[in-house]
Formats: sequence, C-alpha cells, structure tokens
Amino acid sequence: MLTKRIIPCLDVKDNRVVKGVNFLNLRDAGDPVELGTKYSDTGADELVFLDITATIRSRKTIVELVERVAENVFIPFTVGGGIQTVEQIDELLRSGAEKVSVNTAAVENPDLLQQASQRFGNQCVVLAIDARRLKDKPGKWQVCVKAGSEPTDIDVVEWAVKGQQLGAGEILLTSMDADGTKAGYDNELNKAVTNAVNIPVIASGGAGKLEHLYDAIVDGGVDAVLMASITHFGNYTIKQIKQYLQSRGIDVNL
Amino acid sequence: MIVVIDYNVGNVKSLCNAFSYIGCDVKLSCDPQILEVSTGLVLPGVAAFGYAVNALGSLAERIKDLALSGKPLLGICVGYQMLFDKSSEHGWHNGLGLVHGNIVPIPSTQIIPHMGWNTVKPAEQMDLFAGLEEEKHFYFAHSFYADIKDNKTKIAYTDYGFDLPASVQKENIYGTQFHPEKSGRVGLEILKNFAEICKRTNA
Repeated sequence: MLTKRIIPCLDVKDNRVVKGVNFLNLRDAGDPVELGTKYSDTGADELVFLDITATIRSRKTIVELVERVAENVFIPFTVGGGIQTVEQIDELLRSGAEKVSVNTAAVENPDLLQQASQRFGNQCVVLAIDARRLKDKPGKWQVCVKAGSEPTDIDVVEWAVKGQQLGAGEILLTSMDADGTKAGYDNELNKAVTNAVNIPVIASGGAGKLEHLYDAIVDGGVDAVLMASITHFGNYTIKQIKQYLQSRGIDVNL
Repeated sequence: MIVVIDYNVGNVKSLCNAFSYIGCDVKLSCDPQILEVSTGLVLPGVAAFGYAVNALGSLAERIKDLALSGKPLLGICVGYQMLFDKSSEHGWHNGLGLVHGNIVPIPSTQIIPHMGWNTVKPAEQMDLFAGLEEEKHFYFAHSFYADIKDNKTKIAYTDYGFDLPASVQKENIYGTQFHPEKSGRVGLEILKNFAEICKRTNA
C-alpha cells in the first residue's frame, strides 16, 4: 500500500530556516542542511525547501543549498521559491532536488507547467497554490501570488484542475488563513481540491496537533501533510507523528 | 569503478552522492571509453521518456552492447523504463529492448503519479534485494509502468491497486522503478548490493 507522507517544510531565508505566522513574524529555526539531515535520519518521507526571499542573489544561495542537502539527504526533496524558467528548474534538478515547485510564475505563465512536465516528467513538477478563503463567497478560495501578497481573481479549484491538465504532478496547497496558526488545516479547501483533481495533494498550513494531520488525511482526502512549527520547535518527532497516525489506521512508512 | 551515465537529464547528482556515501568509486560520464572500462553502469533518469531517449542518442547502442556482453547495468526510474522495448509516454518511443515489454500509463482509476513510499515484495533470489527479505518501503514517482512480457526475468512487485512491477532482473540487467538513491537507508542497501554485483562480476 502507498503510505501517506509526512513532509517537514523548511522556509529558508539568508541560509537559515525560519517560520512565521500567516506569512509574517519570522522566527529562526536553524541551519537548513542540519535540520534537513535530522529529519531524513528520523523518518521524514520527504522535505520541502522554500526560498522565501526568492531574489536574484538568493537563487545562487539556494542552488548551493540544494547541492549540500543532496550530499547528506537520501530522501526526496522539493525546492521552491521564485522559480520562473525551465532552465532554473533544470539547474535545481541537476543539483540534486527531486522536484521543483512553482507558484507565481505558473500563474503568470501557465506554459511553464507544460514545458517543464514535457521535459522532466510530471512527477518533478509541483504546483504550489497559496489559497485565501473569500469572506463573501462561502466554499470559494482565491489564488494569491508573490508569497501571498497579491490576490488574483483566479478560483483555487479551477486553477488546480487546470494545473493538472497542464502537467503538474502534484499540488502543494497552502491555506493562507490557517498557515502558522496551529489551529488545523483548512479541510474544506483540501476536500474541494482533492475531489477535483487526480494527482496527489499535499495539505499545508495550520498543523498544531496530531489530530490535525489525521483530519487532513481523512476529512481533507490529501496524500501528504506538510508541517513546520510542530516539528521544528520540538513539539513532536516524526516518529511520534507516524505512530499516532498508524494507531488510528493510517498507512505510514514507519 | 561504477559509471553513472551522464546524458544531461535529471537528477544524476543524488545518485553519485549516494554511491559516494556508501564508499563506492563512482564517476559521472558519457565517454564511451570510460563506460567500457567501468565495472558496472547505472542509467539514471528523471525526465520524460522521449526526451531521455533523444538525449541518450548514440550512447544507447553502446550501452546495449556493453550490457549484452555481460557488464552489470542498473536502470533507475526512466532509466529502468528505457531497458524495455518501447513507451507510449507523449507518443511512442523505442527503448533499448534489453527486457521485453512496454511502458504504459498507470490506469486512471488511481491517483497519478504514483508518488510516495510503497512496499516492495521481491521474488526469490533477486540480487538487488539480497539481505532484504522482508517487504520494505521504497520511494516511487512515476506515471507510467513497465508491462513486462519477458519470461527470462525475476520481478519484484508493489501494490498500487494492481501488481505493479517495482524491480526487474534479467541476468546482468537490473532495474528499479523506485528511486533507491531517494529511499533512505533501505535504498542505499540496494545500491550496495549493485556495487557488490559489479565487484563479483569483475573479480
């Protein structure tokens, strides 16, 4: 049986892992390579590194980071943040990343998904979507770009479906409303997207307790759960998370 | 020296890192002379099938000759898929034809790609799985699979709503649909076993 994946997310700024609340108030969480190695050694299924500065200068740093991670980590990892071209994707994959996530660039230039998937295969291309709940339209979410700072008039579910058609092999779905709050994933959002697509969906934003992870898998229908705060700051180990899920009947790689 | 074939696609660095990590002498190369003197060849692949086959170009025949002459060959992911006759990914493309069967889409009743950690059940006496008798988890990331039609093979399967071939062995030709270099400690055991096979073959 294919197991549900537990994926720590490392937001990287100036070569440090940071974590904020609702995309703000960053707190230092350590060295990315050290933390990544620790997660790999303690049973994480995958890692996600997001370059949250995504400047021209940081792009060089992130390639070097990917190279260092790939020397020490023998589980898959995804890299994202400011990626705009097929050439950049190629460089990151060749440096040792397994997958690359695209967000703003895919909204601005949907062809990027198609070009990347035809060249590297769908399984390398992760479409990251930052979703914000529309206050006046229940059960609807808007796609936000540029690290969540710019709302668009694109509907999240429609964009997820289009992303799949264009060649995305996975969706990394972040609820901006829930991110960093530790109040649980937005499972209404997760369900709306998992019902609409036939590619794996990773739930992101809001994990605070172990049952939140269970709820995302069972109520949200997701294939993987992403987390940061609850594992970075030592609240739970990956093993504790997997033991808990297994005790509730979820297949995990323990 | 094991040679990881460099044909400008995908994630070859991780594979070299993994072999180095387990203490293997490994080289990334596309030079036919270096391929010739290697103890074994690894054909990686993170790419669409057609792109990978085109990128391999005339090296394909070279690899085929070396494999048929007895040099251990390990294909991984799309590199594994290229061991077969042909693939229907983005139109039909010919593979190396070293193992018979075609690469076809995973049925759309399943979530596609098949992505994540799944258990693999090896057949008896598959060299890559030596010492790994129990079922273990390995990391998969693919949308097509090998429908194997070759009675000279041993096959390890994984369950993805049907028996999906996860690894194949045909004499000195080996392949894994999963990524041993991304499957943690258990994955490194597979690479160690391949290194051992290469050592034995060249002893």
